[in-house]
Amino acid sequence: MGLRLANVFRLGIKELYSLRADPILLVMIVYAFTFAVYSTATGAKSEVENVAVGIVDEDDSELSRRIAGAILEPLFRPAVQLMPNEIDPGMNSGRFVFVLEIPPKFESDVLAGRGPTVQIDVDATALTQAGVGASYLQNIIESEASGYLQHGEGAITAPINLVTRTAFNPNHYSEWFLGIMAEINNITMLTVVLTGAALIREREHGTIEHLLVMPVTSAEIMIAKIWANGLVIVVVAILSLWCVVHGLLRVPLVGSVPLFLAGTVLYEISVAALGILLATFTGTMGQFGLLVVPVLVILNLLSGSATPPESMPDWLIEVMKVAPTPHFVSFAQGVLYRAAGFELVWPQLAALAGITVCYFSVSLIRFRKAITSFQ
Amino acid sequence: MTPIAARVRRLSHLYGRAVALDDVTVEIPASCMVGLIGPDGVGKSTLLALIAGVRRIQEGGVFALDGDMRDPEHRRSSLPRIAYMPQGLGRNLYPTLTVFENLDFFGRLFDQSKTEREWRIAELLAATGLDPFPDRPAGKLSGGMKQKLSLCCSLIHDPDLLILDEPTTGVDPLSRRQFWELIDRIRARRPGMSVMVATAYMEEAQRFDWLTAMDGGRIIATGSPEELRARGNASTLDDAFINLLPEAKRAGHQAVIVPPRRTTGGPPAIEAEGLTQRFGKFTAVDHVSFRIERGEIFGFLGSNGCGKSTTMKMLTGLLAPTEGEARLFGRPLDARDMATRERVGYMTQAFSLYGELTVRQNLELHSHLFHLPEDRRAARVREMLERFDLLGAADSRPDSLPLGQKQRLQLAVAVLHGPEVLILDEPTSGVDPVARDSFWQFLIGLARGDGVTIFLSTHFMNEAERCDRISLMHAGKVLAVGTAKELTQRRGTGSLQDAFIAYLEDAAAVEPGAKPGKPEAAPEPTRPAVSRASLSSRFDFGRLWAYARRETLEILRDPIRLAFSLLGPLILMVTVGYGISFDVEHLAFAAFDQDQTNESRELLENFAGSRYFTEHPEISSDTELERRLKSGELKVAVEIPPNFGKRLLRGQQPEISVWLDGAMPFRADTASGYVQGVALTYFSDQAARSQTPTVQPPVNIEERFRYNQAFKSVYQTIPSSIMLILILIPAMMTAVSVAREKETGSIANFRSTPITGIEFLLGKQLPYVVTGFISFLTLLLVAIFLFGVPVKGSTATLLLGAFIYIGAATAFGLLISSFTSTQIAAIFTTTILTIVIGVNFSGLLLPFSSLSGVARWIGIGFPSGWFTQISLGTFTKGLGFSDLWPDLLVLVVFALGFVAAATVILRKQEA
Repeated sequence: MGLRLANVFRLGIKELYSLRADPILLVMIVYAFTFAVYSTATGAKSEVENVAVGIVDEDDSELSRRIAGAILEPLFRPAVQLMPNEIDPGMNSGRFVFVLEIPPKFESDVLAGRGPTVQIDVDATALTQAGVGASYLQNIIESEASGYLQHGEGAITAPINLVTRTAFNPNHYSEWFLGIMAEINNITMLTVVLTGAALIREREHGTIEHLLVMPVTSAEIMIAKIWANGLVIVVVAILSLWCVVHGLLRVPLVGSVPLFLAGTVLYEISVAALGILLATFTGTMGQFGLLVVPVLVILNLLSGSATPPESMPDWLIEVMKVAPTPHFVSFAQGVLYRAAGFELVWPQLAALAGITVCYFSVSLIRFRKAITSFQ
Repeated sequence: MTPIAARVRRLSHLYGRAVALDDVTVEIPASCMVGLIGPDGVGKSTLLALIAGVRRIQEGGVFALDGDMRDPEHRRSSLPRIAYMPQGLGRNLYPTLTVFENLDFFGRLFDQSKTEREWRIAELLAATGLDPFPDRPAGKLSGGMKQKLSLCCSLIHDPDLLILDEPTTGVDPLSRRQFWELIDRIRARRPGMSVMVATAYMEEAQRFDWLTAMDGGRIIATGSPEELRARGNASTLDDAFINLLPEAKRAGHQAVIVPPRRTTGGPPAIEAEGLTQRFGKFTAVDHVSFRIERGEIFGFLGSNGCGKSTTMKMLTGLLAPTEGEARLFGRPLDARDMATRERVGYMTQAFSLYGELTVRQNLELHSHLFHLPEDRRAARVREMLERFDLLGAADSRPDSLPLGQKQRLQLAVAVLHGPEVLILDEPTSGVDPVARDSFWQFLIGLARGDGVTIFLSTHFMNEAERCDRISLMHAGKVLAVGTAKELTQRRGTGSLQDAFIAYLEDAAAVEPGAKPGKPEAAPEPTRPAVSRASLSSRFDFGRLWAYARRETLEILRDPIRLAFSLLGPLILMVTVGYGISFDVEHLAFAAFDQDQTNESRELLENFAGSRYFTEHPEISSDTELERRLKSGELKVAVEIPPNFGKRLLRGQQPEISVWLDGAMPFRADTASGYVQGVALTYFSDQAARSQTPTVQPPVNIEERFRYNQAFKSVYQTIPSSIMLILILIPAMMTAVSVAREKETGSIANFRSTPITGIEFLLGKQLPYVVTGFISFLTLLLVAIFLFGVPVKGSTATLLLGAFIYIGAATAFGLLISSFTSTQIAAIFTTTILTIVIGVNFSGLLLPFSSLSGVARWIGIGFPSGWFTQISLGTFTKGLGFSDLWPDLLVLVVFALGFVAAATVILRKQEA
């Protein structure tokens, strides 16, 4: 039972027509790859930026004003002066992530070498910013205080000169990271829903039954869905990568574009196969919708595109390896940020290929059975 | 003058550019049976829908029940007096609900009391012979029973105007007869009721009081059947109608003559031997055997649900028989054999072509899939379009075509590739007489001219008579096989129809329990007073409850969906709770020590000893360092230059370089902090050792980690994962549930009954709010007991907040489904919007207050972020109602706003 490319091609063209017939789908695809990517990359920065800080200055001295003045954009918003009784409501409502409390007689205590205490209240529910931001504030206070103390007097010299350099993204721009990760998440989300739902629709409308009596094999039907829906998403994703991520967000694309393209195509196939696999486990669109959402959120959040993957428990890391997304995220980060070549990223590509084959085979086994049994 | 049921004046209707009605003016008499006859796609359905008030009038006027249907007030007040039964087998029924529940739902929609519903349902079931099956799900009924049930649903509120759109299409003769008897009995009881019926069966039209013949969006004749026959100058209505058609349409039509068949010999084309199909305990097909010769036209007659379609599916290889064997062309059927498939053409009973492709694209697709030679494709497609009179509709999508034209397209596809065997499942259901005759001429040409074997099922007796042989099937068994003449003679009846019904009644009589229609109406129960005047157009909780109750039943009948909706959230919470962690740990670090002295090793030990770093094997060269960073293996690399130790001891401040992987900026930021920390420890150790006086730092800094002293991720991720889950799942459920009604056609009940938009939406929303809240309670338990995240603040506020938030989330789903017309679009839109906004802009990954730019506005304009404040506030910050009431208020505004928007967008009338 050979695979006839002509059939695969024709059935795929049919998928493209179907897609065109539903304008809302096209609108959502464009929205996801333009506006959603842009707003995520620019607005949802995880780095310490624009963080709201309040300050309770009970000293009102030159030093305390210097400290308040040193809390600068872009890391922080200008510090807001607060009364002591405004601390709790301000933090409870989430208006401030940090509040500095400078005690009375602060300046004179510093000058007298009594080492007064500055308290930093940290909203520890703001996990991404609390830790890093607190250490920034600490540095600001310390350097202002010691600068104020030592008018020209040599500071304590460190025994070594520590130089920290950040490779691949020297200024820690989070757009670089978020833009590309948003692309990946969109590819996953749109492809899984589109291909899976396309199969359920055929089943609900009885068209799949019609196809199965024609000289067309299950494999041909599946591959047609994968290539057609995949093609649309890959083309839009690459355009978006070029225009939105590279053009608008100014993210440099340092790695090999053909290599990235090849990886993306492979990934696209794997998630399309995942969509079909999920569809073979559900009978109706309603069930599919409820199954697909948790899967997508897990792929989105636990693949290293949102949080550092190595901080997950080991068992979860192992579980996530059966999903294609972690491999692709690590591939994309390698190629696009670190300019890694094929010799470095082939293991991820191999994993993707293996996963694709598995998904596809299981779907193929379930295909006919799922279609006839869910009627 | 006879009273008028409906008056139509200069009515025109367009679908895009296609004209459905063209300046129609007609007066329809009241208190009688009015038939609408005419070919497919001449505007019969449109006219009925406009009179019923389910479609918006574009041009012209419709006056029904003494009022203008353009006037919304009149339309609202007359909806309770009109019953509308749309085209298609049981399209307005709910397949998972039982017969009784379906009827009960309709009764509730009309504000009937419990006792009133009970006696009405009992009466209708008895009258239709459905009384043995009140507990059977509607989806498991046969086509004829579905139509009867659908009729019962229309009649439950004693309408004054009953509008039936092709009610008997696809229904077997016995059920059809029972159906009309039922209508007659109801009319006898309520003589004032006006009935309007569109039908493709002329023998049915024969018994109506008054007929309207339509063609091309216009009315070509009106009058009693006798008048029409006289005007058409023919003895039968069929012929009269054809004669009444304009000259151009009539051309080419001629009576169907079946030339005798020449037997060709050779093995039979189709053989069935003891074919059996069981679904669980139910035997759909029970040891069926027959042989069909090459070039024979073999007809399958039988009641709905008797196993005809299943037998056909087994012959196409779609279903593997449980027992027995099917042979095609003398060889056992192999479902995987592509060559056989090319020799067979199959047409399913329900429309199974692509609604989203045009008629031409559907044909072209199949010409490719069946591998027609390239040079013949275009010609063949064109030939089919002409042959089946589809040229006018070639570039329309089948979704917008009437049933008859869809059937013709299916036929065209089945014969497109010139198969040797045709298996056609009710190919002419819903097709008008002219097109049916033309189709039969084509079939006969194929059979007699090209020796094509044709196996078809039909409900038309005149078609059965044209078959070479007929097989009568009932309850999975073949009752009799023979020519039409033989069967008629065997029963000693006058017509094939009577013979058929006689066979069926015999067979049914043997079965216990099955009562195919009672000869007489059940004795009329005493009819309590009926409160019809109470049907107001104002908000009515009873109607809302009818929808809520029905939706709940549907949820309960689909345990898989229910399970997904309750288990999905738990799985999500567990994985997200364990998986999302901003604790940067286990950073892979390696050293490139070019010094290899005690001093360098001592420095490196500080790194290796830190709990944040995991040591990897040492680096030996610059290129290796670059390669291992590039591969992503290392997150931190420390490079110590040669002579480090010497220079350190000399106090020359040697430089060491630390390389961070910047691919993930958040991690790089944190790692950079760790490196500083390690360096500081090292410095102070050095200082301590070198006995230099330690300098007291000028300021002490005390960090107070509020709300989360341990600074553990779960205290943030668990409360915000609840936010995420409660927007994703409830919104998805409501979005699909309304879009599904649009796709399956049950939305017609919303359009044709007195329920208002707001009642409909709230009714559908309510069960999902309850499901969502149950899901929330399970999440709460998991949060407290599995993750150990207690509610430090006010639990009551959290419960209230979750309730309102679920209301807003389900309302958001309703809003999406109000503007999407397919389930796929609803799922797609819901997924993208809720995941993108819920994950990125609602306080899950970073605080709501740190969003900037557009993202900030998106966050503010969506309910999730506000609920994060409530969830985090009550769980982690220990807050209560007095702190959080503004957020609760905002959520209420969202919930109401979404519902209001959905009500505006969802139109009561179809365009």
